[in-house]
Amino acid sequence: MNWTAIRAIYVFEMARFFRTMAQSLISPVLSTSLYFVVFGAAIGSRIQEVEGVSYGAFIVPGLIMLTVMTQSISNASFGIYFPKFIGTIYELLSAPVNFLEIVMGYVGAAATKAMFIGVIILTTSFFFVDIQIQNPLAMIAFLVLTCISFALLGFIIGIWAGNFEQLQLVPLLIVTPLVFLGGSFYSISMLPPVWQTISMFNPVVYLISGFRWAFFGISDVSIGTSLMAIALFTALCLGAVWWIFKTGWRIRQ
Amino acid sequence: MAAILSIRNLRKAYAGGFEALKDVNLDIDEGEIIALLGPNGAGKTTLISTVCGITMPTSGSVTVAGHDILTDYRQARRLIGLVPQEIALEPFEKVINTVRFSRGLFGKGRKDSAVEDLLKRLSLWDKKDSQIRELSGGMKRRVLIAKALAHEPRVLFLDEPTAGVDVELRKDMWEIVEQLRADGVTTILTTHYIEEAEAIADRVGVISKGEILLVEDKDTLMARMGKKQLDVQLTTQLDAVPDVLAGYDLALGDEGRTLIYSYDVNAERTGITKLLTDLQKAGLQLKDVVTRQSSLEDIFVSLVHEPEAAQ
Repeated sequence: MNWTAIRAIYVFEMARFFRTMAQSLISPVLSTSLYFVVFGAAIGSRIQEVEGVSYGAFIVPGLIMLTVMTQSISNASFGIYFPKFIGTIYELLSAPVNFLEIVMGYVGAAATKAMFIGVIILTTSFFFVDIQIQNPLAMIAFLVLTCISFALLGFIIGIWAGNFEQLQLVPLLIVTPLVFLGGSFYSISMLPPVWQTISMFNPVVYLISGFRWAFFGISDVSIGTSLMAIALFTALCLGAVWWIFKTGWRIRQ
Repeated sequence: MAAILSIRNLRKAYAGGFEALKDVNLDIDEGEIIALLGPNGAGKTTLISTVCGITMPTSGSVTVAGHDILTDYRQARRLIGLVPQEIALEPFEKVINTVRFSRGLFGKGRKDSAVEDLLKRLSLWDKKDSQIRELSGGMKRRVLIAKALAHEPRVLFLDEPTAGVDVELRKDMWEIVEQLRADGVTTILTTHYIEEAEAIADRVGVISKGEILLVEDKDTLMARMGKKQLDVQLTTQLDAVPDVLAGYDLALGDEGRTLIYSYDVNAERTGITKLLTDLQKAGLQLKDVVTRQSSLEDIFVSLVHEPEAAQ
């Protein structure tokens, strides 16, 4: 394992984040605050407690997940797409590194950035609602796993994308709906039975449910199922990345 | 000297069926500077990309200091530095960070003194904290070279290093290559500026349509294929070469005002003395006499158009 190379990629990618620190943080903090104002205060005040948790607090895990997932994807997809776009990918391809090392560097950095933003949002939410975290360790574990698996997905999108429009396409057309329909702002049990069944095919449901369980001890699906789902999702993404590097799909002729 | 880079029966066919490299064989000695000359689309970049791991060979093998580029790619690639043809750099990153990144990526631990030395040698030290987008085109090329050298490779590939570069910078590049030779770095450069190959290379390889037509010591090549020309400018205009001079390889130029005599520089007797005497006998008045030696460029053009001349 070429740890020096992994570290080099990681440090280089994190530098991009720190260069644009202010804008990296302002936008998620602002949009989270808006969600709190709109959903938490304006609409939430008319909604009863959800399974014994105030609505404002109930949406906190979902909000964090929403942002962390989109951030993981956008950071990782941009991180690998940009070298492709400007041509610096030649250096990665000619370096003595294997696919796992490249992925660890890029995905590690993207996941770290998303984690960082997730923590900031959690901190922000303390200003708006009163929340307690029942299982801090499980919360961290879920956060880390989500960041990593969605950064992997983002990495795949970045390799696949042939232009900037495509880079936005998957997050916009697939991920955002999945996240919104994954119970970020409601409990699956609030849906009609048909939609409850359909929701079970949405992988994001399992992540948000598990993450919410870590906060409040309540969940739509069992914690074991959540863990299985996220493990499966991570494995699928890793498999796809492995295949990409093995075949050189879209990167090596 | 032992070959540091050995290419055997290398073939590369792209997915569309285009055969960019056809059975390329090439041995490059440690410490030499070899120039690969060829027109656009000859396969120069494909050859470099394949050796460096950017494209996958269809068949054949390449070893770098005995390490196969596929089965032992880590060892092989550590020894190689690549300066690509196009300027490709992270625009917002600082010069020093991008060079450090390259060093780390190729598995060398951070060593500030080495990076400092390198940047100073390439006259980049003053610019170390500048963002790359602020640099001129020439400076960016230097950064590319710094990145390629950051991990102290033993073999350096320069893909058209001076394409679109002004004369002064080109001379600087040549100096850099010369310095690298002193350090024992083997340099393989592609170019379509013959002048460049003539100025710095030890050996010249001519590549055309995916095949290496010839690889030869530059001086031998020049001598073997070098013809010299003697232009005799006359005061009078001739309609044809006078019969008395029919025994010479003569041609008329400049609307009959110049007699062009071709001869072999390596021949025992060039025949110049006799020709000049005979010219006088024929009653021709000489205005001026000029000799010209064919350049690598002439040789190159004749090779690409008549590949059998290489045999």
